[in-house]
Parts: sequence; C-alpha cells; structure tokens
Amino acid sequence: MLAYTVRRLLWTPVLLVAVSLFVFVLGEYGPGDPVEVALGQNYTEERAERLREQRGLNDPVPVRYFRYIGNALKGDFGDSFVFRGRSVAGLLGPKLWVSARLFFAGFAISVGIGVPLGFFAATRQGTWVDPTIVAITLVLLAMPVFIFAPALILLFALNLSWLPVSGWGGFWDTRIILPAVTIGMPGIAVMTRMMRASTLDVLGQDYVRTARAKGLGEFTVRRRHVARNALIPVLTILGFSIAGMLGGALIVELIYGIPGVARFALDSIFSRDFPVITALALIGATALVVANLVVDILYAVVDPRITYR
Amino acid sequence: MATETLQDVFPSDTGPDAGREEERSHSPFRRALGRLLRKKIAVAAMTVLFILYGAGIFAQFVDTHDPNKIDLRATQEGPSWDHWLGTDRAGRDIYSRVVWGLQTTVIITLIGLVTGSLVLGVTLGLLAGYYRGWFDVSVMRFGEVVASFPDVLLIILIAATLRPRIINTTRDFEDWSGIDGIVSSGAVDFFVVGIALLPLSWFGMMRLVRGQVLSLRAMPFVESAQAIGVSTPRMIFSHLLPNVLGPIIVTASFGLGAVAGSEIFLSFLGLGVQPPRPSLGFMINDVTARGAASVSVLQNHPEQLLAPIAVIWALIFCWNLLGDSLNDVFNPRTR
Repeated sequence: MLAYTVRRLLWTPVLLVAVSLFVFVLGEYGPGDPVEVALGQNYTEERAERLREQRGLNDPVPVRYFRYIGNALKGDFGDSFVFRGRSVAGLLGPKLWVSARLFFAGFAISVGIGVPLGFFAATRQGTWVDPTIVAITLVLLAMPVFIFAPALILLFALNLSWLPVSGWGGFWDTRIILPAVTIGMPGIAVMTRMMRASTLDVLGQDYVRTARAKGLGEFTVRRRHVARNALIPVLTILGFSIAGMLGGALIVELIYGIPGVARFALDSIFSRDFPVITALALIGATALVVANLVVDILYAVVDPRITYR
Repeated sequence: MATETLQDVFPSDTGPDAGREEERSHSPFRRALGRLLRKKIAVAAMTVLFILYGAGIFAQFVDTHDPNKIDLRATQEGPSWDHWLGTDRAGRDIYSRVVWGLQTTVIITLIGLVTGSLVLGVTLGLLAGYYRGWFDVSVMRFGEVVASFPDVLLIILIAATLRPRIINTTRDFEDWSGIDGIVSSGAVDFFVVGIALLPLSWFGMMRLVRGQVLSLRAMPFVESAQAIGVSTPRMIFSHLLPNVLGPIIVTASFGLGAVAGSEIFLSFLGLGVQPPRPSLGFMINDVTARGAASVSVLQNHPEQLLAPIAVIWALIFCWNLLGDSLNDVFNPRTR
C-alpha cells in the first residue's frame, strides 16, 4: 500500500511534465505569431524584433519551456495576446472560479442523486422499479447535454416559469439550479448504473448473508454491510466521470449564458490567444491528474483488501 | 505445408484457424450473429442505425431542398407539405439540413472508426500485447499522457491549433498544384475533425486489445503455434486477432456513439466541420446559444430543435443499445 502510494506520487510529476511539454509544444507550433498579434497595426520589422528580444522569444525552446513552467508554477501564465497588458491569470481566475463552483454543484447533484438511486434500484431487484430505473438511465446516457439544456429551459423556465432562464448569481442563487442539474444529468445515469451493479454484487456476498443470519435488522445490514462495500467501486469511476462531465459543463455554460471559462476559451481559440489556451489546457490536465491521484489513493485507503502490485 | 498438417494433428479448439471446413461453418461469429439477430432490441437498433446512416450517405437523393438555400419569405415556418419539418430562422428547410448534417456525422464516425479505433488502436494493441517490452511501455505511457487531458480540452486544443495550419498548407498546395477547391469542398475540415477525435478513440481500444492479447499469450494454442514456428504476422493476424474480435466489435459500437457525440459537440462549438456544410451541432447552436434571440426561438418554435436533437439522441442511443447487445452476445459471462 505504501509502496503503491509512493510510486503513484512519483509518477504524477512525470505525467505532469509530459503533459506540460505537450501543451507547450502545441502552443509553440500553433498558428499565429504572438508578436504580430501584440503589435497589430503598428507592426514593423524592427519593432517586432525588439519585442521578441524583450520577451525572450529568441531564446532556445528548452529555455523558454522552463521559464514558462517556472512562471506557471507561480501562477503566472504570461500576458494575453488579445487583451493587451492583462495577465492570463488575472483574466482566467474569476472565470475559473465561477466554472469551478458550477461544476462542483453539478458533480454533487450527480453523486447525490445517482448513488442513492442505484442503491435503491438494486435493492428493488425483481420488482418493476429496477428495470424502470435501468431503462431511464439508458435513455439518459445517450442524451448529450445540449439536448437537456434547451429541454429544461423550455419546461422549467419558459413554460412553467419556476426558475430563471439564464445568468449567474453565485453558488447560493436560484439561477444555478438549472445549469447544475443539466451538468449532473449524464453523471446521474453513470453513477446509478455503477452503484446498482456494485450493490447487486455485494448483496450476493457471503458476509451479507452472515450479517442477516446473526440477526441484524435489514436496515443495519444495508447501511453498514451493503452500502459501504458497494461504494468502493463507485469511487474509482469518480475520476473518469469528472473528465466526462467537463465537456458538458462547457456547453451548459454557453447555453445558459454563464460567465465562466467556456465563452472566454472559445473566443481565445477563435482569436488565437494562445497563452490563454495553453494555460487552460495545463490547468485542466493538472486538475484531472490530481483528481485521479486522489481517487486512486482514497480507493486504497478505503478498502484495505486492495493491494496494488 | 507443414503447419497445416500439424494443425490437423493437434486441432486447437480455441484457434479459429485450426478448425476444418465443417467446423468453420459453425464459426463463433456465425453463432454470435445468429444470437444477435434473435435479440429484438439489437435488430431494432440496427434498423434505426441503418436508416440514419442510409439517409446520411444518400443525402443528395433524399433531401427535398438545397440545405443552404435561404428563403426569407418562409422563415420559422411549421411543418408543411413543402417543408416536412418546417424552416429555420433563415427559411432553410430543416429536414434537408438534418439529412445533410447526418452525412457530416456519418463521415466523421466512419473516419474515426477506421483510423482511430481500428487501424491505430487495434494494431498498436496487438503489437504492444505481443511484443511487450519497451514498445509496450512507451505506447502505454504515451497513451497515459494523452488520457490525462480532459477529452474535450484535448479535442478543442487540437482542432484549434491544427486547423489554421492544415488549411494554410492545403492552400499552398492548391496554389502550387493548380488544383482548386480542396479547402472549399470541406475535405480539410473532415481531416481536421478526424484527427482531433483520434485521441478519443485509439487509447481505449488499444488498452483493451493489449490486455486481451496479454492473456491470450498464455493460452496453449498460442504456445503450440509458436512451437511449430508460425511467422509473426500470421501469429498476430490469424491467431490473435480473431480471438479479440468480439471485444473489439463491442468497444467499436460504443465508441461510434461517443465519436458521433463528440463530432456534434465540436460543431456546436463552431470547431467542427464549417458552414456552409450543415452539421447537427451547428443547427442546435443556432437555436440555443444565441442569447436572447435563442430564448425567443425556443419559446415560439421549439420544434426547430426537435429534429436535430431526436436524430442525435437516436444515433447515440442505438449505438449504445447495440453495444449492450453485442456485449451479451460476445461475452455471455460478463453480464
């Protein structure tokens, strides 16, 4: 267990270096000359040369890579090409914070609804409840968010007028409900299916029969012996589902008009604002790598039976 | 040949090559196909997919209007005899646009399947599983790096950085060779989107095939094939490959749904195949992501969304259903 954790911890920086190298190279060989974009109409050869020298763009690639990573570690991703004189970190920071809160809300919904629902379905196997839930999750799984978003807006915001259509007012605001539910929907389906399968698996285990045989109440058996064990495999897919939900979150932000990273990222792509794009890729990949690391280690902590080779 | 006779002497029940003629007629694949066709859900899913893909491939023949013809006298119309599914805000025929959008999705899924999953994923998986060693390690590590990006971020990143570069190169090529219309035909777009979706499809497939091959290597039929000196290509393609075909087909079916979804995602963001070529994602973007304008369209003409959304959902849903059925058929033990 300890050896595994240590190996995982050692491999993570290697992975991060590879990821950052990949992003740096894509940014480096991506189209658009930063100096040309920065100077715009004032472009002349000598000015361009001066600016290149000033920004250290004439240095060899490895030097620039290490400088970039060194600065990135301090939270400095350089300046935006398009918004002159403004740092990428300053531009991205507030938007990332908005996106992160929205994403967290969506993630909480998918786990909070999906896990109990899967458990419920598994304990009702053999009745009509179980196949119904399974069928619903199958239908949900095939629905990309851009189907949900307009459908939910139509139903709850336009026809029923229960909730506001779009906008953002922070975490404790009714305007977060619809987008968060939309982000969480596919996750609910995944969590339900996973939790159902693993609960069914646990229900057939000998220790559950033993627990019942020694006279424990059904509630205690389910809570203490079934649910706890069934949660373990669900933990492993948390990392994957975070990655899977990110794309949905981008679309949701666009459709609901939320001032998060999505609109900004798209605009940066179209205006070729490469420092912004590389910073986003770097932050996203790092977040995912760290999330997976945490899940992996948590997994081994929660279930002492698991020994990684 | 010596190998043939030896195989006749020691027929192996797992190697599909080892069977004689009459055994071959009951090949595992025939039986699997029979079982698949007895599943009503699978047949229904295949029928829907067949219709959708047929409509997409033969878009030229099944459309009723030019998908890009703007008719400002007939905007936002409901379904009618002339416009089966109505018209959008520019008076374009929605039915024809859906059919042409399907064609885009169909082409991309097929490109994605052939290049990403089948060629790259399966080949690398077979080689890595068979040779192991440094090749295996480097492919796996590279895959891990690619997989550590959030899918969408990687897709966006590649689509955004590669497109201008590839388009410029093609323009230069057009100027140099005098061949016109490569860029305007949209072929470059398909190329870019195909490449952008590669990371999505190849690694999962590769990991699966590699794992299967690793466990197959320990089977007696592989050992005996090695013992009689079967050549490496023959080993890989006629002994190992047929034994992993089942899982490959299952994964490919799920993967096609995912690739279709990603294509629509990219075109929704405006990074996919570019207008004037219609695409389903762009049609949805047109109705949903235009701020106040889209709210009014949503409120007054929600039916404009229905067609592209229903088609996308049916496409992904049916690939998933088919994948589930295929899984039952090929891996009966892992329910």
